[in-house]
Amino acid sequence: MTQPTLADPIAAKEHARSLGSTVVESMPILPPRADDLPDTVSQDDLIWEETIAAGGYAIRRINRGGRLRLIDLQGDACASFQIFNAEMPTERLNIADTAKVQWNGYFGVGEGKARMFLSDMGRVLMSILEDTAGTHDGFCGASNEALSSAKYGVGEKKGRYFLNTRDRFLLGVGKHGLSRKDVHPCINLFKGVIIEEDGAITPQIGPFEAGREVILRAEMDLMLVIANCPHVMDPRTEWTSTPLRATAWRGPTAPQDDPVRNSTPEAYRAFLNVDDYYRR
Amino acid sequence: MTTDTLIPDTSVDDKALEGLSGEVIYDEQVAARHFWVHAVKKGQTLRIVDLEGNQAVDLLIYSEEDDTERYSAQDTVAAQGNLFLREGAVLRSNEGRPMMTITGTPVAYHDTIGGACSVESNALRYGHFTKSQHACVENYLKASLPEGRTKRDLVSNINFFMNVPVMEDGSLGIVDGISAAGLTVDVRAEMDTVVLVSNCPQINNPCNGFNPTPVRMIITK
Repeated sequence: MTQPTLADPIAAKEHARSLGSTVVESMPILPPRADDLPDTVSQDDLIWEETIAAGGYAIRRINRGGRLRLIDLQGDACASFQIFNAEMPTERLNIADTAKVQWNGYFGVGEGKARMFLSDMGRVLMSILEDTAGTHDGFCGASNEALSSAKYGVGEKKGRYFLNTRDRFLLGVGKHGLSRKDVHPCINLFKGVIIEEDGAITPQIGPFEAGREVILRAEMDLMLVIANCPHVMDPRTEWTSTPLRATAWRGPTAPQDDPVRNSTPEAYRAFLNVDDYYRR
Repeated sequence: MTTDTLIPDTSVDDKALEGLSGEVIYDEQVAARHFWVHAVKKGQTLRIVDLEGNQAVDLLIYSEEDDTERYSAQDTVAAQGNLFLREGAVLRSNEGRPMMTITGTPVAYHDTIGGACSVESNALRYGHFTKSQHACVENYLKASLPEGRTKRDLVSNINFFMNVPVMEDGSLGIVDGISAAGLTVDVRAEMDTVVLVSNCPQINNPCNGFNPTPVRMIITK
């Protein structure tokens, strides 16, 4: 492509404006539209449609009852989460409580699996409603610059291609007005690990079949940061990541007969605590 | 350091000092259910003695120079490819840097996935009747607030002398301990650190044998 001549502000303005209709693979769609919503969901309730780039991140407010569907479009996405109570961000995801309270370290919708992401205040932040992936990770956390540089190298590509999860989290929390102290242990969806009897961690990195999806329900008013970088234990020496699609819509809060709410005594109390928090 | 009351134990048959090289510059007990916060400088070794056996010691590490750099359980387990903290484990920060190294322990492994007990998690795990019971997060906050650190500074910690196995289906839980009276863990600081400890007051699970007890902290240089 030849460089345009932009000798004056008018030409620069016209050039800039000519770019506005550009469509690329990874970008937000505003206003949101999606032609593959579940039958029960109205287009009017759609609140977010974005494809997060390989190595990209997104920040989002999602209110209580909102559904968030994530799709691993090409089989090599890793959706890493920071989750905050939007009105009091000192309340945030607590990965140790999440595993300990649910007596299980694996996420999913199967019998005995951890279906809730819990805060450090004894409340449920999000629940997993549907999951066709089954490979997720709450143990290994975010990649960082030190590890990323050691694995993928440094040099002219640094910062452009070898993006790491912690860096994305820092930018994301920064745009919520938060800072380094707010970055907390995270959850990784779509990339999984298996814990062996001796504690050894066996990563499940794929690549997997395209189109696996997870649907989450916000149980509180949330601020999210979602990063999409290679899993910290990805054994490949090539930095490998593919786009992640996020779609969200409004929905009802968990009813009294909700299966997640009633799945365990611990879940029941976590939802009681959420109900109590919003009793004002 | 100079403000601490030092109780050097010069007894030649003090087994708790066995194997320690270097000069003892600090030696105190932390009472059952209490907190402890102390600098451990680069090159110094902190020995924690499980005096009566199976007493969980909930521990966090901060860089003394910049406390936004702190212990990261996730970075630590990812870097070593194993959930358990054994002798030789490098305890890493949220920037992936070595903060401390476990230089010796006769206990097979220690936990770093179980986190700290809190009033709030106790309510979920055991019931709302536990509201007035003491918990590690209460200790952490009491110790941290005077130092200018807050709830935002609390992250997944180490639980020395605590046993959290993971089963094939992902089931996990705090079970009977694998420590015993007099067993120790030695951690050497790889940078200037501030170490925050809650001597766990939990009475609803076996992490303290349902009976919180004192621990002994020895620092050598």
